[in-house]
Amino acid sequence: MTDMASLMEDRAAAKVISDNLRKPVDWDSPKIARNIKKRYAAERRFKSYGLVAICLALLALCTLALSIGSKGYSAFYQTYVQLEVTFDPAVIDPERTGDPDVIGRANFDALIKQALRDRFPDVTSRSDKRDLYGIVSGGASYDLRERVLENPSLIGQTRTIWLISGDDFDMLNKGYIDPTVDEGDRRLNDKEVAWYNELVAAGAVEKQFHTRFFTSGDSREPELAGIWGAAVGSFYTLLVTLALSFPIGVLAAVYLEEFAPKNRFTQIVEVNINNLAAVPSIVFGLLGLEVYLNVMHLPRSAPVVGGLTLALMTLPTIIIASRAAIKAVPPSIRQAALGLGASPVQTVTHHVLPLAMPGILTGTIIGMAQALGETAPLLMIGMVAFIVDIPGGALDPATVLPVQIYLWADSPERAFVEKTSAAIMVLLAFLVLMNGLAVYLRKKFERKW
Amino acid sequence: MAAVSQSAMTAEPSVENPKMTARKLDLFYSDNQALYEVNLDIPEQQVTALIGPSGCGKSTFLRCLNRMNDTIDGVTIKGDVTLDGRDIYDKRIDVVQLRARIGMVFQKPNPFPKSIYDNVAYGPRIHGLVNSRDELDEIVMTSLERAGLLKEVKDRLQSPATGLSGGQQQRLCIARAVAVSPEVILMDEPCSALDPIATAKVEELIDELRSNYTIVIVTHSMQQAARVSQRTAFFHLGKLVEVGETDQIFTNPKDERTKGYITGRFG
Repeated sequence: MTDMASLMEDRAAAKVISDNLRKPVDWDSPKIARNIKKRYAAERRFKSYGLVAICLALLALCTLALSIGSKGYSAFYQTYVQLEVTFDPAVIDPERTGDPDVIGRANFDALIKQALRDRFPDVTSRSDKRDLYGIVSGGASYDLRERVLENPSLIGQTRTIWLISGDDFDMLNKGYIDPTVDEGDRRLNDKEVAWYNELVAAGAVEKQFHTRFFTSGDSREPELAGIWGAAVGSFYTLLVTLALSFPIGVLAAVYLEEFAPKNRFTQIVEVNINNLAAVPSIVFGLLGLEVYLNVMHLPRSAPVVGGLTLALMTLPTIIIASRAAIKAVPPSIRQAALGLGASPVQTVTHHVLPLAMPGILTGTIIGMAQALGETAPLLMIGMVAFIVDIPGGALDPATVLPVQIYLWADSPERAFVEKTSAAIMVLLAFLVLMNGLAVYLRKKFERKW
Repeated sequence: MAAVSQSAMTAEPSVENPKMTARKLDLFYSDNQALYEVNLDIPEQQVTALIGPSGCGKSTFLRCLNRMNDTIDGVTIKGDVTLDGRDIYDKRIDVVQLRARIGMVFQKPNPFPKSIYDNVAYGPRIHGLVNSRDELDEIVMTSLERAGLLKEVKDRLQSPATGLSGGQQQRLCIARAVAVSPEVILMDEPCSALDPIATAKVEELIDELRSNYTIVIVTHSMQQAARVSQRTAFFHLGKLVEVGETDQIFTNPKDERTKGYITGRFG
């Protein structure tokens, strides 16, 4: 009972103290009003800082999109020149064999040159003729050959055909070469400009959608160069990267989060994974060069090596994202499963992983997007080579989109400037697509608990 | 484990034919001792309530009974816990199977984010208790029926369990525990997140389940302990202070601390 008495005393003392605290507050006093005003001002200021930050970010984004778009959109169109081409049997198939091998080896270039000479008969000097041949691209002869192989009855006929133009001519038509400046300061001389004007007047110059840009590999000729080879190279590289880094990354994350004992060793592993994420990518390139090329003798410039190297780079990203996603699964779910007699592995595979999957996928796709845009490590393992053929597998020599951009940006021809911007647009489109996929997957697999 | 000295006991923990027993149970979280020489018997097919102020070790003790403390790092346990006379901390005991025999219901309802049906069917599925879809259906239905939930959910078995109300979710968790036919069900403050009506339903359910299962319930509500349990154990600062028939504990406690707690003078 003494307990009870002392308790009552305590309560009485507490009441006295709280009564002293309770001074009446004048909520309408000027001091309080000033305080409120100050608080409102601070909130408005804070909001406006945020707004300014967002506007700056949007402005930067718009500038980027506009500058790339305005430079690059013209690469999706290509100038074509209309010529009357005579499919001279004496050039194509002099012995009338009809054999595709013979036709395939024929000198179609000569047909185009003849057509150009016929179109401008007053061109006689050797150097003028060379300039004249520049109107049509060197790649046009392949188009002609394909037409004839497809339809051998063309031999002996004369047809009006749209031929792909040379890059300087294309630049002039797109307005990138100013014909009014001094002749010595531009790529085309006065005669060439005159031919161009004559062709335009005859309605024989036209811009067409440039499908070749999306279907062919790299080329020394800007008008023949395309993005497809690099896109396929990127695809194989990312495939190898994904196939390696996703399972390894997720398993590592699951082990570290769910099974590893929390001791000094796992702490060291954890710190080092975080460090690995901060290692400059070119260091991974050097590692790839040394280990994969010099020690393991894997093929140089191949997507498989690029993929292996990028997998090293992507692993920490995936592990960190997966660990965060696994950690975010409420412990009550694990307890529920364990309490029912599920084994730790069953708990992870039945409950934890499915719930963590949206986060894991998001992290993986962000890692993949990072890998898609990576250039430096690939330079070290030889994926910077000039490769015309479209790779047929992960072991063929290839290049990737960002390296292709780097190569084109380095090329002296004016026409490669627009190609560079167009390639950047394609790369950004892929990135937007991948991020969209990440958002979609997250929404799809997201479950509430 | 049979050779435990009876003199160390602080109260009268033993009953005839106990389902589970704890003898001289010490538990440490790293260096902090959370339980001191706890000796307690859990009688079969009765409800045993564990009461005591927060942090007194009653939940910790409960988790020792199905080895859920194994999942926490840095826990060391000394002493013996037996189920039907067999030491559950024996190396030959399979923890997974043990947890199937001793089910658990947690403080916060924690249904899996799956359908109502899949929640109840999960246990039987992983333990391979059924051979056919029909058998599984039957187990799910009986379990829901036992948990008093069948009437409310029988038309929406495939809808997500997370859409149920808190009280329904807790009863679903009980149905889920019942579905693996455990011998003992441990409940860790099962009503602390529920409103009075849902609490009343769960209490009613506990009373019904008593005829088939041995139940150990941790509760903060002394009224609840008085309503649902046959035996009550009072824990204080990691020690088992007093244990006995619920009526006796609440009407005639022997220990001063028990008296102080149940009359509301501290806690």
